[in-house]
Amino acid sequence: MQKRTQNIFVRRTVFAAAATFLGTVFALPLVWFIFAPFNARAELGLAIPSPFTLSNFATVFENTFAMQALLNSLIQAAGGVVLVGAAATLAAYALSRSPIPGKGAVTYILLLFSSVVSGSAAMVPIFLIISAAGLIDTHLAVILVFAGGLLPTAMFILRDFIDAIPRSYEESAMVAGASPLQAFFDVALPVIRPGIVVVVVWAFVNIWGSFLIPFILLRSDKLMPASVAIYSFYSEAGTPIVTLLAAYSLIYSLPVIALYLFVNWKFGFRFFGGIKS
Amino acid sequence: MKKFSLLSTRAGALFLAPATALVGVFVIIPFFWVIFVSFTNRTLLGRTAVDPDFVGLQNYFALFNPATFFTRGQFGFSLILTIQFVLLSALIGQALLGLLLAWLSQSVTPTLKSFLQTAVIAAWILPEVVIGFAWFAFLDYDNGTLNMILRGLGLPPGDWLLQQPFWVIVFFNTWRGAAFSMMLFNSAFQSIPPSYFQAADVAGATSWQKLRDIALPLIRGHVVTDLILITMWTFNVFTPFLLTHGGPSYRTEILSIYTYRIAFKDFEFGKGAAVGVVIMLINLAFALVYLRIAHKKPVEAE
Repeated sequence: MQKRTQNIFVRRTVFAAAATFLGTVFALPLVWFIFAPFNARAELGLAIPSPFTLSNFATVFENTFAMQALLNSLIQAAGGVVLVGAAATLAAYALSRSPIPGKGAVTYILLLFSSVVSGSAAMVPIFLIISAAGLIDTHLAVILVFAGGLLPTAMFILRDFIDAIPRSYEESAMVAGASPLQAFFDVALPVIRPGIVVVVVWAFVNIWGSFLIPFILLRSDKLMPASVAIYSFYSEAGTPIVTLLAAYSLIYSLPVIALYLFVNWKFGFRFFGGIKS
Repeated sequence: MKKFSLLSTRAGALFLAPATALVGVFVIIPFFWVIFVSFTNRTLLGRTAVDPDFVGLQNYFALFNPATFFTRGQFGFSLILTIQFVLLSALIGQALLGLLLAWLSQSVTPTLKSFLQTAVIAAWILPEVVIGFAWFAFLDYDNGTLNMILRGLGLPPGDWLLQQPFWVIVFFNTWRGAAFSMMLFNSAFQSIPPSYFQAADVAGATSWQKLRDIALPLIRGHVVTDLILITMWTFNVFTPFLLTHGGPSYRTEILSIYTYRIAFKDFEFGKGAAVGVVIMLINLAFALVYLRIAHKKPVEAE
Protein backbone atom coordinates (compact mmCIF):
# COMPACT_ATOMS: atom_id res chain seq x y z
CA MET A 1 0.00 0.00 0.00
CA GLN A 2 2.85 2.34 0.82
CA LYS A 3 4.46 1.73 -2.53
CA ARG A 4 1.19 2.68 -4.15
CA THR A 5 1.06 6.01 -2.33
CA GLN A 6 4.64 6.63 -3.35
CA ASN A 7 3.80 5.91 -6.97
CA ILE A 8 0.93 8.34 -6.90
CA PHE A 9 3.22 10.95 -5.43
CA VAL A 10 5.85 10.38 -8.12
CA ARG A 11 3.22 10.50 -10.82
CA ARG A 12 1.75 13.73 -9.50
CA THR A 13 5.19 15.31 -9.43
CA VAL A 14 6.00 14.23 -12.97
CA PHE A 15 2.66 15.54 -14.22
CA ALA A 16 3.06 18.84 -12.41
CA ALA A 17 6.58 19.24 -13.76
CA ALA A 18 5.44 18.48 -17.31
CA ALA A 19 2.53 20.92 -17.05
CA THR A 20 4.78 23.66 -15.67
CA PHE A 21 7.32 23.07 -18.41
CA LEU A 22 4.76 23.14 -21.23
CA GLY A 23 2.97 26.15 -19.80
CA THR A 24 6.28 27.99 -19.63
CA VAL A 25 7.21 27.01 -23.19
CA PHE A 26 3.86 28.33 -24.41
CA ALA A 27 4.20 31.55 -22.44
CA LEU A 28 7.84 32.29 -23.46
CA PRO A 29 7.23 33.95 -26.85
CA LEU A 30 4.72 36.25 -25.15
CA VAL A 31 6.68 37.18 -22.02
CA TRP A 32 8.54 39.85 -23.95
CA PHE A 33 5.15 41.49 -24.61
CA ILE A 34 4.43 41.93 -20.94
CA PHE A 35 7.47 44.18 -20.47
CA ALA A 36 8.35 45.86 -23.77
CA PRO A 37 5.29 48.16 -23.95
CA PHE A 38 6.29 49.72 -20.62
CA ASN A 39 9.93 50.19 -21.48
CA ALA A 40 10.92 53.45 -23.14
CA ARG A 41 14.10 51.81 -24.44
CA ALA A 42 12.58 48.47 -25.43
CA GLU A 43 14.44 46.37 -27.93
CA LEU A 44 13.80 42.88 -29.20
CA GLY A 45 15.47 41.45 -26.12
CA LEU A 46 13.73 40.58 -22.91
CA ALA A 47 14.37 43.26 -20.29
CA ILE A 48 12.63 44.44 -17.17
CA PRO A 49 11.82 48.11 -17.75
CA SER A 50 13.52 50.48 -15.36
CA PRO A 51 11.63 52.59 -14.76
CA PHE A 52 8.19 51.33 -15.79
CA THR A 53 6.78 54.03 -18.02
CA LEU A 54 3.70 54.74 -20.08
CA SER A 55 5.57 56.99 -22.50
CA ASN A 56 5.26 54.46 -25.36
CA PHE A 57 1.51 54.63 -25.02
CA ALA A 58 1.60 58.41 -25.01
CA THR A 59 3.52 58.28 -28.30
CA VAL A 60 0.93 55.92 -29.78
CA PHE A 61 -1.95 58.12 -28.68
CA GLU A 62 -0.31 61.12 -30.34
CA ASN A 63 0.06 59.22 -33.60
CA THR A 64 -3.13 60.09 -35.50
CA PHE A 65 -2.53 57.42 -38.14
CA ALA A 66 -2.30 54.71 -35.48
CA MET A 67 -5.42 55.89 -33.73
CA GLN A 68 -7.31 56.16 -37.01
CA ALA A 69 -6.36 52.54 -37.74
CA LEU A 70 -7.86 51.39 -34.45
CA LEU A 71 -11.03 53.27 -35.32
CA ASN A 72 -11.02 51.60 -38.76
CA SER A 73 -10.71 48.19 -37.14
CA LEU A 74 -13.65 49.09 -34.95
CA ILE A 75 -15.76 50.28 -37.89
CA GLN A 76 -15.05 47.14 -39.91
CA ALA A 77 -15.53 44.75 -37.00
CA ALA A 78 -18.70 46.47 -35.78
CA GLY A 79 -20.17 46.63 -39.27
CA GLY A 80 -19.41 42.99 -39.92
CA VAL A 81 -20.76 41.95 -36.53
CA VAL A 82 -24.07 43.77 -37.00
CA LEU A 83 -24.57 42.17 -40.40
CA VAL A 84 -23.56 38.69 -39.26
CA GLY A 85 -25.58 38.90 -36.05
CA ALA A 86 -28.77 40.14 -37.69
CA ALA A 87 -28.66 38.01 -40.84
CA ALA A 88 -27.61 34.87 -38.99
CA THR A 89 -30.32 35.22 -36.34
CA LEU A 90 -33.08 35.69 -38.91
CA ALA A 91 -31.81 32.88 -41.11
CA ALA A 92 -31.23 30.46 -38.25
CA TYR A 93 -34.71 31.15 -36.91
CA ALA A 94 -36.24 30.48 -40.31
CA LEU A 95 -34.21 27.29 -40.71
CA SER A 96 -35.35 26.11 -37.30
CA ARG A 97 -39.00 27.15 -37.28
CA SER A 98 -40.42 27.57 -40.76
CA PRO A 99 -41.61 24.68 -42.94
CA ILE A 100 -39.31 25.63 -45.83
CA PRO A 101 -38.50 22.47 -47.77
CA GLY A 102 -34.90 21.29 -48.01
CA LYS A 103 -33.71 22.92 -44.80
CA GLY A 104 -31.33 20.08 -44.04
CA ALA A 105 -29.78 20.34 -47.47
CA VAL A 106 -29.32 24.11 -47.09
CA THR A 107 -27.38 23.68 -43.87
CA TYR A 108 -25.28 20.92 -45.40
CA ILE A 109 -24.45 22.88 -48.54
CA LEU A 110 -23.66 26.01 -46.54
CA LEU A 111 -21.21 24.16 -44.34
CA LEU A 112 -19.63 22.50 -47.32
CA PHE A 113 -19.13 25.75 -49.21
CA SER A 114 -17.93 27.69 -46.21
CA SER A 115 -15.19 25.18 -45.52
CA VAL A 116 -14.19 24.78 -49.16
CA VAL A 117 -14.09 28.48 -50.07
CA SER A 118 -11.30 29.61 -47.76
CA GLY A 119 -9.59 32.98 -47.85
CA SER A 120 -6.52 31.53 -49.51
CA ALA A 121 -8.52 29.78 -52.23
CA ALA A 122 -10.91 32.64 -52.91
CA MET A 123 -8.70 35.71 -52.67
CA VAL A 124 -8.65 36.13 -56.44
CA PRO A 125 -12.43 35.98 -57.09
CA ILE A 126 -13.21 38.00 -53.95
CA PHE A 127 -10.88 40.71 -55.17
CA LEU A 128 -12.49 40.57 -58.63
CA ILE A 129 -16.06 40.71 -57.28
CA ILE A 130 -15.23 43.64 -55.04
CA SER A 131 -13.49 45.31 -58.01
CA ALA A 132 -16.46 44.72 -60.27
CA ALA A 133 -18.76 46.23 -57.64
CA GLY A 134 -16.50 49.27 -57.46
CA LEU A 135 -15.94 48.72 -53.75
CA ILE A 136 -12.16 48.34 -53.70
CA ASP A 137 -10.68 50.50 -50.95
CA THR A 138 -13.88 50.94 -48.90
CA HIS A 139 -14.89 49.85 -45.42
CA LEU A 140 -17.97 48.27 -46.95
CA ALA A 141 -15.87 45.84 -48.99
CA VAL A 142 -14.22 44.42 -45.88
CA ILE A 143 -17.52 44.32 -43.98
CA LEU A 144 -19.42 42.50 -46.73
CA VAL A 145 -16.70 39.95 -47.43
CA PHE A 146 -16.44 39.06 -43.75
CA ALA A 147 -20.20 38.93 -43.32
CA GLY A 148 -20.48 36.46 -46.20
CA GLY A 149 -17.57 34.36 -45.01
CA LEU A 150 -18.61 34.14 -41.36
CA LEU A 151 -22.36 33.71 -41.89
CA PRO A 152 -22.51 29.96 -42.60
CA THR A 153 -20.79 29.04 -39.33
CA ALA A 154 -22.77 31.69 -37.43
CA MET A 155 -26.03 30.32 -38.80
CA PHE A 156 -24.99 26.83 -37.89
CA ILE A 157 -24.19 27.72 -34.28
CA LEU A 158 -27.41 29.70 -33.87
CA ARG A 159 -29.56 27.06 -35.49
CA ASP A 160 -28.34 24.49 -32.99
CA PHE A 161 -29.11 26.97 -30.29
CA ILE A 162 -32.65 27.73 -31.48
CA ASP A 163 -33.43 24.06 -32.10
CA ALA A 164 -32.75 23.47 -28.41
CA ILE A 165 -35.45 25.97 -27.37
CA PRO A 166 -38.92 24.40 -27.02
CA ARG A 167 -41.36 25.54 -29.67
CA SER A 168 -44.03 25.77 -26.98
CA TYR A 169 -42.64 29.16 -25.94
CA GLU A 170 -43.71 30.82 -29.15
CA GLU A 171 -46.72 28.55 -29.62
CA SER A 172 -48.26 29.63 -26.35
CA ALA A 173 -47.60 33.27 -27.24
CA MET A 174 -49.38 32.79 -30.54
CA VAL A 175 -52.27 30.95 -28.90
CA ALA A 176 -52.55 34.01 -26.68
CA GLY A 177 -52.91 36.10 -29.83
CA ALA A 178 -49.39 37.19 -30.74
CA SER A 179 -48.46 37.48 -34.40
CA PRO A 180 -45.53 35.40 -35.70
CA LEU A 181 -43.40 38.53 -35.73
CA GLN A 182 -44.30 39.36 -32.13
CA ALA A 183 -43.57 35.75 -31.18
CA PHE A 184 -40.15 36.13 -32.77
CA PHE A 185 -39.20 39.52 -31.38
CA ASP A 186 -40.80 39.38 -27.93
CA VAL A 187 -40.61 35.71 -27.05
CA ALA A 188 -37.92 33.94 -29.06
CA LEU A 189 -35.33 36.71 -29.36
CA PRO A 190 -34.79 37.22 -25.61
CA VAL A 191 -34.28 33.47 -25.18
CA ILE A 192 -31.85 33.28 -28.12
CA ARG A 193 -29.83 36.25 -26.89
CA PRO A 194 -26.99 34.29 -25.25
CA GLY A 195 -26.47 32.46 -28.54
CA ILE A 196 -26.35 35.73 -30.42
CA VAL A 197 -23.81 37.09 -27.94
CA VAL A 198 -21.58 34.10 -28.60
CA VAL A 199 -21.83 34.51 -32.36
CA VAL A 200 -21.23 38.24 -32.17
CA VAL A 201 -18.15 37.88 -29.97
CA TRP A 202 -16.79 35.16 -32.23
CA ALA A 203 -17.35 37.26 -35.37
CA PHE A 204 -15.85 40.36 -33.75
CA VAL A 205 -12.67 38.57 -32.73
CA ASN A 206 -12.33 37.09 -36.21
CA ILE A 207 -12.69 40.37 -38.06
CA TRP A 208 -10.69 42.42 -35.56
CA GLY A 209 -7.70 40.11 -35.82
CA SER A 210 -7.70 39.35 -39.52
CA PHE A 211 -5.00 40.49 -41.87
CA LEU A 212 -5.39 38.99 -45.35
CA ILE A 213 -8.77 40.40 -46.44
CA PRO A 214 -8.16 44.08 -45.59
CA PHE A 215 -4.60 43.65 -46.86
CA ILE A 216 -5.79 42.79 -50.38
CA LEU A 217 -8.98 44.90 -50.49
CA LEU A 218 -7.75 48.23 -49.11
CA ARG A 219 -5.20 50.64 -50.54
CA SER A 220 -5.35 53.98 -48.82
CA ASP A 221 -3.76 54.63 -45.44
CA LYS A 222 -6.81 56.29 -43.99
CA LEU A 223 -8.89 53.08 -44.24
CA MET A 224 -6.32 50.56 -42.99
CA PRO A 225 -7.32 48.59 -39.91
CA ALA A 226 -4.78 48.16 -37.12
CA SER A 227 -3.73 44.70 -38.33
CA VAL A 228 -2.35 46.19 -41.55
CA ALA A 229 -1.39 49.62 -40.22
CA ILE A 230 0.94 48.04 -37.68
CA TYR A 231 3.40 47.47 -40.53
CA SER A 232 3.91 51.18 -40.84
CA PHE A 233 5.79 51.15 -37.55
CA TYR A 234 8.96 50.26 -39.34
CA SER A 235 11.69 52.77 -39.94
CA GLU A 236 12.74 53.52 -43.49
CA ALA A 237 15.55 51.01 -43.16
CA GLY A 238 12.93 48.31 -42.51
CA THR A 239 13.73 47.82 -38.85
CA PRO A 240 10.77 47.88 -36.50
CA ILE A 241 10.24 50.78 -34.13
CA VAL A 242 9.96 48.39 -31.23
CA THR A 243 8.67 50.74 -28.56
CA LEU A 244 5.71 51.84 -30.68
CA LEU A 245 4.97 48.38 -32.02
CA ALA A 246 4.92 46.82 -28.57
CA ALA A 247 2.62 49.43 -27.05
CA TYR A 248 0.35 49.47 -30.08
CA SER A 249 0.12 45.68 -30.19
CA LEU A 250 -0.97 45.65 -26.58
CA ILE A 251 -3.68 48.26 -27.15
CA TYR A 252 -4.82 46.40 -30.24
CA SER A 253 -4.99 43.09 -28.33
CA LEU A 254 -6.98 44.48 -25.41
CA PRO A 255 -10.49 44.11 -26.92
CA VAL A 256 -9.77 40.48 -27.77
CA ILE A 257 -8.50 39.77 -24.27
CA ALA A 258 -11.47 41.58 -22.72
CA LEU A 259 -13.95 39.63 -24.84
CA TYR A 260 -12.24 36.37 -23.99
CA LEU A 261 -12.49 37.15 -20.28
CA PHE A 262 -16.12 38.19 -20.74
CA VAL A 263 -17.10 34.97 -22.51
CA ASN A 264 -15.12 32.96 -20.00
CA TRP A 265 -16.89 34.64 -17.11
CA LYS A 266 -20.33 34.56 -18.62
CA PHE A 267 -20.48 31.19 -20.32
CA GLY A 268 -17.34 29.32 -19.33
CA PHE A 269 -14.97 29.08 -22.25
CA ARG A 270 -15.87 25.53 -23.13
CA PHE A 271 -16.59 25.01 -26.67
CA PHE A 272 -18.15 28.11 -28.07
CA GLY A 273 -14.74 29.58 -28.66
CA GLY A 274 -13.70 26.32 -30.20
CA ILE A 275 -15.22 27.26 -33.47
CA LYS A 276 -12.86 29.44 -35.36
CA SER A 277 -12.74 30.15 -39.04
CA MET B 1 -53.58 18.02 -33.12
CA LYS B 2 -52.03 19.47 -36.21
CA LYS B 3 -48.68 21.06 -35.53
CA PHE B 4 -49.05 24.61 -36.71
CA SER B 5 -46.02 26.35 -38.08
CA LEU B 6 -44.51 29.26 -36.24
CA LEU B 7 -43.33 30.97 -39.35
CA SER B 8 -45.00 30.75 -42.73
CA THR B 9 -42.91 29.65 -45.67
CA ARG B 10 -43.05 33.14 -47.06
CA ALA B 11 -41.91 34.79 -43.84
CA GLY B 12 -39.25 32.13 -43.56
CA ALA B 13 -37.98 32.96 -47.03
CA LEU B 14 -37.91 36.62 -46.07
CA PHE B 15 -35.91 35.84 -42.94
CA LEU B 16 -33.45 33.84 -45.02
CA ALA B 17 -33.02 36.48 -47.72
CA PRO B 18 -30.24 38.67 -46.26
CA ALA B 19 -28.07 35.72 -45.32
CA THR B 20 -28.68 34.04 -48.66
CA ALA B 21 -27.68 37.17 -50.55
CA LEU B 22 -24.47 37.66 -48.57
CA VAL B 23 -23.41 34.04 -48.68
CA GLY B 24 -24.39 33.79 -52.31
CA VAL B 25 -22.33 36.77 -53.42
CA PHE B 26 -19.27 36.28 -51.23
CA VAL B 27 -19.05 32.50 -50.88
CA ILE B 28 -20.96 30.70 -53.62
CA ILE B 29 -20.20 33.02 -56.54
CA PRO B 30 -16.45 33.15 -55.74
CA PHE B 31 -16.47 29.35 -55.83
CA PHE B 32 -17.65 29.33 -59.45
CA TRP B 33 -15.85 32.49 -60.46
CA VAL B 34 -12.48 31.20 -59.40
CA ILE B 35 -13.00 28.15 -61.63
CA PHE B 36 -13.93 30.41 -64.53
CA VAL B 37 -10.97 32.77 -64.03
CA SER B 38 -8.57 29.82 -63.85
CA PHE B 39 -9.30 29.14 -67.55
CA THR B 40 -8.31 32.67 -68.58
CA ASN B 41 -5.11 34.70 -68.71
CA ARG B 42 -6.59 37.49 -66.64
CA THR B 43 -4.09 39.88 -65.06
CA LEU B 44 -4.41 42.85 -62.75
CA LEU B 45 -3.07 45.40 -65.22
CA GLY B 46 -2.83 45.78 -68.98
CA ARG B 47 -5.10 44.64 -71.77
CA THR B 48 -5.86 41.22 -70.26
CA ALA B 49 -7.20 42.92 -67.14
CA VAL B 50 -10.31 44.14 -68.97
CA ASP B 51 -10.42 41.67 -71.81
CA PRO B 52 -8.90 38.34 -70.76
CA ASP B 53 -8.56 35.51 -73.26
CA PHE B 54 -9.80 32.01 -72.72
CA VAL B 55 -6.70 29.85 -72.47
CA GLY B 56 -8.18 26.48 -71.61
CA LEU B 57 -6.07 24.39 -69.30
CA GLN B 58 -2.91 26.39 -69.91
CA ASN B 59 -2.70 27.66 -66.31
CA TYR B 60 -3.00 24.13 -65.02
CA PHE B 61 -0.35 22.88 -67.43
CA ALA B 62 1.92 25.64 -66.16
CA LEU B 63 1.31 24.58 -62.56
CA PHE B 64 1.89 20.90 -63.25
CA ASN B 65 4.72 21.35 -65.76
CA PRO B 66 7.07 18.47 -64.90
CA ALA B 67 10.16 20.44 -65.92
CA THR B 68 9.72 23.04 -63.18
CA PHE B 69 7.31 21.26 -60.83
CA PHE B 70 9.80 20.65 -58.01
CA THR B 71 11.76 23.87 -58.45
CA ARG B 72 11.78 26.20 -55.48
CA GLY B 73 9.16 28.93 -55.86
CA GLN B 74 7.03 26.76 -58.16
CA PHE B 75 3.67 25.14 -57.49
CA GLY B 76 4.87 21.59 -56.86
CA PHE B 77 7.50 22.70 -54.38
CA SER B 78 4.88 24.73 -52.55
CA LEU B 79 2.37 21.87 -52.56
CA ILE B 80 4.87 19.40 -51.11
CA LEU B 81 6.01 21.97 -48.56
CA THR B 82 2.38 22.50 -47.55
CA ILE B 83 1.79 18.77 -47.11
CA GLN B 84 4.88 18.51 -44.90
CA PHE B 85 3.74 21.58 -43.01
CA VAL B 86 0.29 20.09 -42.37
CA LEU B 87 1.65 16.67 -41.37
CA LEU B 88 4.22 18.07 -38.97
CA SER B 89 2.48 21.07 -37.46
CA ALA B 90 -1.17 19.95 -37.44
CA LEU B 91 -1.35 16.18 -37.34
CA ILE B 92 1.75 15.61 -35.23
CA GLY B 93 2.26 18.95 -33.52
CA GLN B 94 -1.17 20.33 -32.66
CA ALA B 95 -3.06 17.05 -32.26
CA LEU B 96 -0.48 15.19 -30.15
CA LEU B 97 0.40 18.24 -28.11
CA GLY B 98 -3.28 19.07 -27.64
CA LEU B 99 -3.92 15.54 -26.42
CA LEU B 100 -1.01 15.72 -24.02
CA LEU B 101 -2.08 19.15 -22.74
CA ALA B 102 -5.66 18.00 -22.18
CA TRP B 103 -4.52 14.83 -20.43
CA LEU B 104 -2.14 16.78 -18.19
CA SER B 105 -4.91 19.28 -17.39
CA GLN B 106 -7.02 16.43 -16.04
CA SER B 107 -4.50 15.45 -13.43
CA VAL B 108 -2.81 18.59 -12.10
CA THR B 109 -3.90 21.07 -9.42
CA PRO B 110 -6.44 23.74 -10.45
CA THR B 111 -3.84 26.53 -10.22
CA LEU B 112 -1.41 24.74 -12.47
CA LYS B 113 -4.24 23.84 -14.81
CA SER B 114 -5.33 27.45 -15.22
CA PHE B 115 -1.73 28.57 -15.78
CA LEU B 116 -1.29 25.94 -18.48
CA GLN B 117 -4.60 26.68 -20.18
CA THR B 118 -4.11 30.45 -20.04
CA ALA B 119 -0.71 30.21 -21.71
CA VAL B 120 -1.97 27.87 -24.43
CA ILE B 121 -5.17 29.81 -25.10
CA ALA B 122 -3.35 33.17 -25.16
CA ALA B 123 -1.26 31.85 -28.06
CA TRP B 124 -4.48 31.10 -29.88
CA ILE B 125 -6.72 34.11 -29.26
CA LEU B 126 -4.32 37.01 -29.76
CA PRO B 127 -4.48 38.68 -33.21
CA GLU B 128 -2.20 37.07 -35.76
CA VAL B 129 -0.13 40.18 -36.52
CA VAL B 130 0.65 40.57 -32.82
CA ILE B 131 1.68 36.94 -32.61
CA GLY B 132 3.81 37.32 -35.73
CA PHE B 133 5.63 40.26 -34.23
CA ALA B 134 6.05 38.52 -30.86
CA TRP B 135 7.76 35.62 -32.62
CA PHE B 136 9.91 37.95 -34.66
CA ALA B 137 11.20 39.41 -31.39
CA PHE B 138 11.40 35.98 -29.77
CA LEU B 139 13.64 34.64 -32.57
CA ASP B 140 15.86 37.71 -33.01
CA TYR B 141 19.48 36.64 -33.32
CA ASP B 142 21.13 39.23 -31.10
CA ASN B 143 18.61 39.83 -28.35
CA GLY B 144 15.72 37.42 -28.81
CA THR B 145 14.39 35.51 -25.82
CA LEU B 146 15.10 32.12 -27.40
CA ASN B 147 18.77 32.79 -28.07
CA MET B 148 19.07 34.39 -24.64
CA ILE B 149 17.91 31.12 -23.11
CA LEU B 150 20.15 29.02 -25.35
CA ARG B 151 23.20 31.12 -24.45
CA GLY B 152 22.24 30.85 -20.80
CA LEU B 153 22.21 27.08 -21.12
CA GLY B 154 25.58 27.15 -22.86
CA LEU B 155 24.09 26.14 -26.22
CA PRO B 156 24.92 27.81 -29.53
CA PRO B 157 22.38 30.46 -30.59
CA GLY B 158 20.94 30.42 -34.09
CA ASP B 159 19.50 32.81 -36.63
CA TRP B 160 16.44 30.59 -36.89
CA LEU B 161 14.44 32.58 -39.43
CA LEU B 162 17.35 32.31 -41.87
CA GLN B 163 18.76 28.91 -41.00
CA GLN B 164 15.64 26.85 -40.27
CA PRO B 165 12.69 28.84 -41.63
CA PHE B 166 10.58 25.75 -42.34
CA TRP B 167 10.95 24.39 -38.82
CA VAL B 168 10.19 27.83 -37.47
CA ILE B 169 6.78 27.92 -39.16
CA VAL B 170 6.12 24.31 -38.11
CA PHE B 171 6.77 25.13 -34.44
CA PHE B 172 5.00 28.45 -34.83
CA ASN B 173 1.83 26.87 -36.16
CA THR B 174 1.93 24.09 -33.57
CA TRP B 175 2.23 26.67 -30.81
CA ARG B 176 -0.44 28.89 -32.30
CA GLY B 177 -3.07 26.21 -32.85
CA ALA B 178 -2.60 23.61 -30.09
CA ALA B 179 -5.30 25.31 -28.00
CA PHE B 180 -8.10 24.11 -30.26
CA SER B 181 -7.13 20.45 -29.97
CA MET B 182 -6.57 20.87 -26.25
CA MET B 183 -10.04 22.32 -25.71
CA LEU B 184 -11.69 19.73 -27.90
CA PHE B 185 -9.97 16.89 -26.03
CA ASN B 186 -10.70 18.58 -22.71
CA SER B 187 -14.40 18.44 -23.37
CA ALA B 188 -14.06 14.92 -24.77
CA PHE B 189 -12.35 13.69 -21.61
CA GLN B 190 -14.99 15.35 -19.46
CA SER B 191 -17.68 13.37 -21.26
CA ILE B 192 -16.18 10.09 -19.99
CA PRO B 193 -17.83 8.89 -16.74
CA PRO B 194 -15.30 9.24 -13.88
CA SER B 195 -16.22 5.77 -12.64
CA TYR B 196 -14.34 4.24 -15.59
CA PHE B 197 -11.12 5.81 -14.39
CA GLN B 198 -11.83 5.02 -10.75
CA ALA B 199 -12.26 1.36 -11.63
CA ALA B 200 -8.95 1.45 -13.48
CA ASP B 201 -7.30 3.11 -10.47
CA VAL B 202 -8.50 0.32 -8.21
CA ALA B 203 -6.99 -2.17 -10.64
CA GLY B 204 -3.71 -0.23 -10.41
CA ALA B 205 -3.59 1.04 -14.00
CA THR B 206 -0.96 3.62 -14.93
CA SER B 207 -1.90 6.95 -16.47
CA TRP B 208 -0.64 5.78 -19.85
CA GLN B 209 -2.78 2.62 -19.67
CA LYS B 210 -5.84 4.68 -18.77
CA LEU B 211 -5.23 6.98 -21.72
CA ARG B 212 -4.58 4.18 -24.19
CA ASP B 213 -7.16 1.63 -23.07
CA ILE B 214 -10.02 3.73 -21.72
CA ALA B 215 -9.91 7.34 -22.88
CA LEU B 216 -8.67 7.07 -26.47
CA PRO B 217 -11.11 4.38 -27.64
CA LEU B 218 -14.00 6.37 -26.16
CA ILE B 219 -13.08 9.66 -27.80
CA ARG B 220 -12.22 8.22 -31.22
CA GLY B 221 -14.92 10.35 -32.85
CA HIS B 222 -13.47 13.52 -31.31
CA VAL B 223 -10.00 12.59 -32.49
CA VAL B 224 -11.17 12.18 -36.08
CA THR B 225 -13.09 15.48 -35.95
CA ASP B 226 -10.05 17.23 -34.55
CA LEU B 227 -7.67 15.80 -37.14
CA ILE B 228 -9.85 16.81 -40.07
CA LEU B 229 -10.58 20.32 -38.82
CA ILE B 230 -7.00 21.21 -37.95
CA THR B 231 -5.79 19.72 -41.23
CA MET B 232 -8.17 21.95 -43.17
CA TRP B 233 -7.28 25.06 -41.20
CA THR B 234 -3.55 24.48 -41.37
CA PHE B 235 -3.78 23.74 -45.08
CA ASN B 236 -5.37 27.17 -45.65
CA VAL B 237 -3.55 29.21 -43.03
CA PHE B 238 -1.92 32.49 -44.09
CA THR B 239 -0.41 33.48 -40.73
CA PRO B 240 3.17 32.25 -41.46
CA PHE B 241 3.30 35.07 -44.02
CA LEU B 242 3.42 37.51 -41.12
CA LEU B 243 6.57 35.86 -39.82
CA THR B 244 8.52 34.95 -42.96
CA HIS B 245 6.70 36.41 -46.01
CA GLY B 246 7.24 33.00 -47.57
CA GLY B 247 11.00 33.39 -47.56
CA PRO B 248 13.88 33.27 -47.41
CA SER B 249 14.01 32.19 -51.08
CA TYR B 250 10.55 30.52 -51.01
CA ARG B 251 11.52 28.07 -48.28
CA THR B 252 8.34 28.76 -46.28
CA GLU B 253 6.06 29.49 -49.20
CA ILE B 254 3.06 27.31 -48.39
CA LEU B 255 0.18 27.28 -50.89
CA SER B 256 -1.78 30.20 -49.41
CA ILE B 257 1.31 32.42 -49.62
CA TYR B 258 2.13 31.10 -53.09
CA THR B 259 -1.37 32.04 -54.29
CA TYR B 260 -0.97 35.49 -52.83
CA ARG B 261 2.38 36.00 -54.56
CA ILE B 262 1.19 34.76 -57.96
CA ALA B 263 -2.03 36.80 -57.88
CA PHE B 264 -1.07 39.99 -56.05
CA LYS B 265 2.70 40.31 -56.55
CA ASP B 266 3.07 38.88 -60.06
CA PHE B 267 -0.51 39.96 -60.92
CA GLU B 268 -1.26 36.70 -62.72
CA PHE B 269 -4.87 36.25 -61.67
CA GLY B 270 -5.53 33.35 -64.02
CA LYS B 271 -2.72 31.27 -62.61
CA GLY B 272 -3.53 32.35 -59.06
CA ALA B 273 -7.12 31.25 -59.62
CA ALA B 274 -5.91 27.87 -60.85
CA VAL B 275 -4.00 27.42 -57.58
CA GLY B 276 -7.18 28.44 -55.77
CA VAL B 277 -9.11 25.71 -57.58
CA VAL B 278 -6.57 23.07 -56.57
CA ILE B 279 -6.80 24.28 -52.95
CA MET B 280 -10.60 24.10 -53.10
CA LEU B 281 -10.54 20.56 -54.49
CA ILE B 282 -8.34 19.43 -51.62
CA ASN B 283 -10.59 21.30 -49.15
CA LEU B 284 -13.61 19.64 -50.71
CA ALA B 285 -12.18 16.17 -50.17
CA PHE B 286 -11.57 16.90 -46.48
CA ALA B 287 -14.94 18.60 -46.02
CA LEU B 288 -16.86 15.70 -47.53
CA VAL B 289 -15.12 13.23 -45.23
CA TYR B 290 -15.80 15.50 -42.28
CA LEU B 291 -19.49 16.04 -43.05
CA ARG B 292 -19.97 12.32 -43.58
CA ILE B 293 -18.52 11.62 -40.14
CA ALA B 294 -20.30 14.54 -38.46
CA HIS B 295 -23.62 13.32 -39.83
CA LYS B 296 -23.03 9.85 -38.49
CA LYS B 297 -22.15 11.09 -35.03
CA PRO B 298 -25.59 11.00 -33.33
CA VAL B 299 -25.76 7.27 -34.06
CA GLU B 300 -22.26 6.70 -32.81
CA ALA B 301 -23.01 8.50 -29.56
CA GLU B 302 -25.75 6.04 -28.58
